[in-house]
Amino acid sequence: MQTDRILTGILRAGALLAVLVMLLIFCFLLIESWPVLTGLSIAGFMADASWHPLEGAYNLMPMVSGTLLASIGAITLGAPLGLASALFIVFFAPLHLASLYRRLIELLAGIPSVVFGFWGLTTLVPLISEWQPPGASLLAAVLVLTLMILPMITITACAALAAVPDELFRNASALGLSRWGTIAGVVLPAARVGITAGIILAAARALGETMAVLMVAGNVVQHPESLFDPVRTLAANIALEMAYAMGDHRSVLFVSGLLLMLLVMVLSAMAGLLEKRQQV
Amino acid sequence: MITMTGMFPASRLFAAKLIIAICGLIWTVSGAAIAGPQRLVLTGSSTVAPLINEIARRFEMQFSGVRIDVQTGGSSRGINDVRKRIADIGMVSRPLKPDENDLHAYTVALDGISLLVHADNPVNALNKSQIAGIFTGDIVRWRDVGGKDARITVVNKAEGRSTLELFLDYLQLKNSAIKPHIIIGDNAQGIKTVTGNRNAIGYVSIGAAEYEVQRGASLRLLALDGVEATVENVRNGTFPLSRPLNLVTASDPQGVIKQFIGFAQSPQVQDLIKAQHFVPVDAD
Repeated sequence: MQTDRILTGILRAGALLAVLVMLLIFCFLLIESWPVLTGLSIAGFMADASWHPLEGAYNLMPMVSGTLLASIGAITLGAPLGLASALFIVFFAPLHLASLYRRLIELLAGIPSVVFGFWGLTTLVPLISEWQPPGASLLAAVLVLTLMILPMITITACAALAAVPDELFRNASALGLSRWGTIAGVVLPAARVGITAGIILAAARALGETMAVLMVAGNVVQHPESLFDPVRTLAANIALEMAYAMGDHRSVLFVSGLLLMLLVMVLSAMAGLLEKRQQV
Repeated sequence: MITMTGMFPASRLFAAKLIIAICGLIWTVSGAAIAGPQRLVLTGSSTVAPLINEIARRFEMQFSGVRIDVQTGGSSRGINDVRKRIADIGMVSRPLKPDENDLHAYTVALDGISLLVHADNPVNALNKSQIAGIFTGDIVRWRDVGGKDARITVVNKAEGRSTLELFLDYLQLKNSAIKPHIIIGDNAQGIKTVTGNRNAIGYVSIGAAEYEVQRGASLRLLALDGVEATVENVRNGTFPLSRPLNLVTASDPQGVIKQFIGFAQSPQVQDLIKAQHFVPVDAD
């Protein structure tokens, strides 16, 4: 009983600390962006002609669209690929190949984002620019982000698939279902929550990814008209300009941080809602 | 403090005062403990500040009795603070204007930026109006300035960077007039972007670009108004896209101030100046 109580205390303190850090960050962002939230008109963030902070124009919307499009693109490519990899590992690959493949995917997860960015800048962007200049584009950002979130989706999907109870498999074989029939009809529905959670985690990472995107996306503030147009994401905007920003410009950068946090919050709320619907 | 109260809403005034009081207390106590070190305050240009910060750190190591406080806020703040005696030395990243003749300026280093293209690009030189045309989107193909028939990729710097400011100042343009295809952060990213794109044109600090060319990067620095883009031409003042980085004082510098300015101009800090891609003033 004594150890139980101590353990509970420690766990409570840990949990509280984690939440507190998150709250403190939120408060910090709010305080830093307060001068412009009260001083400038909020409508300006949506209606100003462009993003030219030194000339007093603070339209953040092109960056919101850039952030969302890059993440959506990466999820559209990364989710099927990741799921396919996970299915391959769990159901189709011979044992030794499966463990080798798994190691490789885990290695991919461990590569620092700046390395992806460097590879993108020196290899991917020149390749695209030969085809559709200028090369640094939404497409490059989507491809680099896909590579970065792929291992995350694969690993979480693997865990979700492996957690499907054995009796479901036995029942499926008893019913004489084919392997694909078992996967599509029994395993995937059973593992849906875990797989979705993994994809949402990956989406949150894609939204916030900074260095790699900064290096390949071109960073022009505009609503992209095609995959080959450069875009700037909210995170890249902060990284690009924070070191040299002063006064209102600096505060608006904190507003973009706040906006990014709100996007991630909406995403996790969506995840919660999905989970609830699953249980009903 | 008067300016501070203007910024805070009334409810936060008390908290602000409290913090200031505590800071003041700590400062007094620590000041008394080390028998009052001499304090040197520098304010001004954010271009010069990182360099001066490095120099100040080295200066503090050699002269342990001095504490140097470096703050940014732009060249005009440097001038203002020195005139009001809030700062001992101002950092100003341009020559002094005629109405600033009451001040004394000491050049620490020179800053020059160079336009660069891929080494495969046949264009060797551009004049000012061609550059303005390319960066504002009036000229979109290299053919129009004597190159291949390919679309130009315009590489611009992110807002707030001093190289952008100098470049815009040279072209007499606002940043909103520029139509970029790629926006970059630091010099290294600019160099990588241009080496990776045959049709790109960008600009970076001359020191950084020349170093990469010497190491064999496939780049070409463009001559400007007929002057080759070299560190040497920045140093002798013939390259048009350059400016002096100055330390400014209100009166003839005395004591520590004189010592610090002398130190910043001495050969002892040339490695720091070169590390920031600026050009030391001394010819040797």
